Amino acid sequence: MDNNKCCVIIGGSHGGVNVAFSLRKEGWEGKIVVVDKDPNLPYQRPPLSKTYLTVKDESGYIPLKGEQAYTNEGIELLLGQEVTKVDKSTQSVELNDGTVISYDFLVLATGASPIIPPIKGIDKAKHLFVMRNIQDVKGIQAALESGVQKVAIVGGGYIGLETAASLRKLGLEVIVFEREQQLLPKVKANVLSEFLLELHQNNGVQIELQSSVSEIKNECQIQTIITSEGKAFECDMIIMGVGVYVNQTISNQLELDYNNGITVNAYCQTSAENIYAVGDCNTHYNAIYDQSIRLESVQNAVDQAKIVAKSITGTSEEYNSLPWFWSDQYDVKLQIAGLTIDADNHIIRKEDEKKWSIWFFKGDQIRSVYAINNAKAYVVGMKLIQQNAKLDKEKLVDLNEKLSPKTLLIQNEINV
Amino acid sequence: MAKITFITKDQESIVVEGTAGSVMELAVQNNVKGIDGDCGGVCSCATCHVQVDPASADKLGEASEIEQDMLELDDDANEYSRLCCQLQVTEALDGVVLNVVK
Repeated sequence: MDNNKCCVIIGGSHGGVNVAFSLRKEGWEGKIVVVDKDPNLPYQRPPLSKTYLTVKDESGYIPLKGEQAYTNEGIELLLGQEVTKVDKSTQSVELNDGTVISYDFLVLATGASPIIPPIKGIDKAKHLFVMRNIQDVKGIQAALESGVQKVAIVGGGYIGLETAASLRKLGLEVIVFEREQQLLPKVKANVLSEFLLELHQNNGVQIELQSSVSEIKNECQIQTIITSEGKAFECDMIIMGVGVYVNQTISNQLELDYNNGITVNAYCQTSAENIYAVGDCNTHYNAIYDQSIRLESVQNAVDQAKIVAKSITGTSEEYNSLPWFWSDQYDVKLQIAGLTIDADNHIIRKEDEKKWSIWFFKGDQIRSVYAINNAKAYVVGMKLIQQNAKLDKEKLVDLNEKLSPKTLLIQNEINV
Repeated sequence: MAKITFITKDQESIVVEGTAGSVMELAVQNNVKGIDGDCGGVCSCATCHVQVDPASADKLGEASEIEQDMLELDDDANEYSRLCCQLQVTEALDGVVLNVVK
């Protein structure tokens, strides 16, 4: 392989870093450069809203790879630097310090950024944070040190709820505002939303549903959140967890096809042949669900990274992973296999109050499993969804039946 | 302080020393190939699968129910399989030999 070639990767989180290491694994001998504006050695993001927020030391900071690994593999890390310009015609990127790097292959692992909604008074808000990187967590921790007691979290999705759980662990007063009538509004089973509502309330979180924030007031040293219904809530700190938008600065400059994310084919190739996009920033076709989707997950970033490396090194393989996710809140571990986008019915298997699972179907065909403190259900679900299996729902809800692929398959579907 | 030996799939032997944190973190820090720890060490991804050398198996306790269940994701799991994010580095692990599965 030509070792004079260069692959430039913009973005050094789960996607970008894994592209770099996977390239070496696939035998790429050329140069590899990873650029990221975050000055920290690339690190795990999921612990930020969980462990990292709750510990005072650095034990929540888990680098994706040790520093030595980059040296050993000949991966050049340009941290604390930003790509300011990209030029498709000269195949080069320019950094904020003026350095120009030519590329043969360009990988966009540019991710997404938290949305800060244009709420009246937000420009004057005190201790306003998002939850995306180490700087955010450090900022929150510093504010807590300065005596913050009441925290308002805007958004009852995963980030908001995980952050709420972590802050309660630290003993803070927490109130969560969710615009829709249930927590996790995108989830198709309100039984989970209700379970989480009770969980958080039992742990002392105040939850305000159907409450969108219309104004943030700062008068006489007091910060108040005003909801659209006119209710007022005092708070010292505000954390926004209302979703993300795809970072488009680079892809716009490159004039790449875009549809809710940078459009890529099965090899994560964008509309420009030698430019790839991985992770949160791309929209790709998922064959299991027969739809174009954009995912925000570690699994998607890591698995796509491997696909990109294979394509660049000439051993192309189509991306065909089953999505999976997890969330940890208090002592509850939620594990999710698959997507519910085409599900039309669901049933619940309940081992006990704390250990249960929701099984989503399209007809009899299993599409997704939400496992609550039930890794077994998650694992069995992963296997069955991958098999495109139809399940015997009566057996599924019968606790005398073992939770295993063999028992749950509709008999005449076995070996088909 | 515990001295832990990882043997990778291509039979490379890597000896590392650690005092705290999980065995997965120690492996990642020392660039042990085949240990990814994609979920950051919360027993959610099964990408830190090791098999304990039978001779040092008594240095480790039992895997929890969730760990055992997660191991079923991997067809290569056997009675010596562990997810090393669930193993804390302590003196008790000194001398343990772990075979990396992937």
